[in-house]
Amino acid sequence: MKDYSGVWVYAEHDGNAISRSTLEIMGKGRELASRLGVELSVVLFGYGVSDLVETLIEYGADNVYVSDDERLKYYKTLNYAKLLTELIRRHRPEIVLFAASYKGRDLAPRVAASLRTGLTANCIDLDIGDFEDREKGERFEKILYQIVPAYGGNVVATIITPYHRPQIATVRPGNFQVPEKFPGKGKVFQINFGSEDWDDDVEVLEVERDEEDSKLEKARVIVGVGVGARGSEGVKILKRLAEALGGTLGATRPVVDAGLLPHECMIGETGKVVRPELYLACGISGAAHHMIGVRGAKVIIAINKDPKSPICEAADYIVIGDIFEVVPKLLEKLGKHGDAL
Amino acid sequence: MKQVTEMNIIVLIKQVPDPREYVRIREDGTLDREKTRGLINDCDKSALEAALRLKERYGCRVTAISMGPPKAEDALREALAMGIDDAVLISDRRARGSDTLATSYVLYKAIEKLGKFDLIICGAESSDGGTAQVGPELAEFLGIPQATFVEDFEVEGNHILLRRRMDGGHEKLRLAMPALITVLKEINKPRTTTFSGILRAMNMPISIWSLEDIGAEVDKVGLSGSPTKIMKIEKVNLRRRKILIEGDNVEEKVNNLLRILREEGVLSEVV
Ligand SMILES: Cc1cc2nc3c(=O)[nH]c(=O)nc-3n(C[C@H](O)[C@H](O)[C@H](O)COP(=O)(O)OP(=O)(O)OC[C@H]3O[C@@H](n4cnc5c(N)ncnc54)[C@H](O)[C@@H]3O)c2cc1C
Ligand SMILES: Cc1cc2nc3c(=O)[nH]c(=O)nc-3n(C[C@H](O)[C@H](O)[C@H](O)COP(=O)(O)OP(=O)(O)OC[C@H]3O[C@@H](n4cnc5c(N)ncnc54)[C@H](O)[C@@H]3O)c2cc1C
Repeated sequence: MKDYSGVWVYAEHDGNAISRSTLEIMGKGRELASRLGVELSVVLFGYGVSDLVETLIEYGADNVYVSDDERLKYYKTLNYAKLLTELIRRHRPEIVLFAASYKGRDLAPRVAASLRTGLTANCIDLDIGDFEDREKGERFEKILYQIVPAYGGNVVATIITPYHRPQIATVRPGNFQVPEKFPGKGKVFQINFGSEDWDDDVEVLEVERDEEDSKLEKARVIVGVGVGARGSEGVKILKRLAEALGGTLGATRPVVDAGLLPHECMIGETGKVVRPELYLACGISGAAHHMIGVRGAKVIIAINKDPKSPICEAADYIVIGDIFEVVPKLLEKLGKHGDAL
Repeated sequence: MKQVTEMNIIVLIKQVPDPREYVRIREDGTLDREKTRGLINDCDKSALEAALRLKERYGCRVTAISMGPPKAEDALREALAMGIDDAVLISDRRARGSDTLATSYVLYKAIEKLGKFDLIICGAESSDGGTAQVGPELAEFLGIPQATFVEDFEVEGNHILLRRRMDGGHEKLRLAMPALITVLKEINKPRTTTFSGILRAMNMPISIWSLEDIGAEVDKVGLSGSPTKIMKIEKVNLRRRKILIEGDNVEEKVNNLLRILREEGVLSEVV
């Protein structure tokens, strides 16, 4: 295990830009790498992606392993997994991090199983620490603490992979800030692979881009819509409020399940993790399932008519009142005295 | 080209605690599932439904496999009542606490024992562990192609045509069988069991296999055989400042709210 060293991040992109979640993870990866005194390396696969190498270096990559190949134009699980697994076998990083995106969650388990190592899913935080296995009398120094929400968000579990390398985790997008630029050493390695490794059992017939990149992750202000909004009438006024504040709408699960807002708006353990400047929770009871997704908000304000609602413990400021009275009044004042702020 | 009628489909189902019930967490961080009511995981029900629709159309044979405590037999009994042909439960105390690698290893050994299959359908993720890792890890053990987060699929000769959710959109893929897919619950609306189905299922056998039966190595399963370990569990602190915004009426409260927004500087760039 001693000969495993370095922190790796698998880079996701849409062909034009490195994805935000990758940059977030690189920020954390950089921090872990300096605490371990090792290098941060990033793996980039695709076709026509050489331009993206620069971004990776700007955000702290000491090494970039790039494979720019026409056959990698489309993401194909088997080929990507094979290539990445081989690279990991050759260079032996101690930590490999993926975004917990659809792609990351498709690829990482394939790689982890091939390497017969552990994989921790959907981490909301990562840390370095020690561990003593009293049963076996073993001590581990500077291993990866992988922190995940468990059992409905009321508790978090710290998961470790002490006896296997690499330690692999997928990280929930939205948990870390995109770091300041901090150029790494920036050595670039071109990776080639033979055609005998190529697998054609899967054919990509069509790629549909039907969602614009979600606004939630970037929003400075999010107005959260809860069951208290009582249907589309409430959604309408909260949408106006979000617009007036230059923000966007988020929602709790029941609101999304009822079809009032699209799935991309859902915040929480099974939805998105966001970190706006302001989260304005309207008619939301404050279940841990939901609140775990707004932990990173700078300020949380709740508007709720029930002073006993759990959100009153989990907010910075609370307005006790009916959203159908408070919000229209707020809109009126924002409209009339727009410069009042 | 193989006739679709000869197809063997395996569906993986996990019994999960009813999310509406309180579940005790053991010292070692695993769930005490003994006392809670178990349900078939949501998307696994959709996986069963998808397999049954293929069976109705083409006459394939559908086998459900579950790994879990003895009472996971209830989940398999329900699957039989829905209309599947065979059910296998892998139940062994030594498998308790298995992580996803250990779980997929056990399922792999069981599938190896079953022999031939063309398509494996899993749920996309469980409602309790929720890692979405078991399907892809199993596919890797078996060395077959996979597609995850599938929203729609059909069989075409030796291939599966499917539409899957992807970051920023969707993708349409064609997979050569044998293959493994994991389906989202939105893929269909699972049938409910009928009285006659329940009666029929009561008399159907469920194979119960131990680790020895499937030839699984004991040191690769259970808490000790799992590479990931739960080191500790802590309560999350979600508490904040909880300052009440005062006011005798809505007007005053809103004025105070606006003042606070300004003081906090969170809206400085707005308006
Ligand atoms: C496994 C699992 C995972 C889950 N994951 C998520 C998740 O990721 N995200 C998520 O959001 N939920 C999730 N949930 C659901 C979660 O547990 C809660 O049920 C949900 O967050 C509650 O939504 P809510 O606050 O909108 O509704 P409610 O709990 O019904 O609260 C409504 C609130 O509105 C207030 N109210 C009503 N009328 C008004 C009014 N006119 N003016 C002001 N206030 C009013 C009420 O006082 C109440 O506090 C999950 C549940 C499970 C079991
Ligand atoms: C809070 C919590 C966090 C966890 N985190 C991790 C982690 O980070 N890494 C890790 O390796 N393990 C983790 N585990 C352990 C993991 O949940 C178990 O290994 C579990 O048995 C399988 O994983 P899953 O529930 O996540 O299933 P998923 O991978 O989400 O399930 C996907 C599909 O696989 C099939 N499937 C899953 N389990 C079975 C089964 N027992 N029998 C038949 N089919 C099945 C079903 O079709 C299911 O829909 C965690 C457990 C808990 C409770």
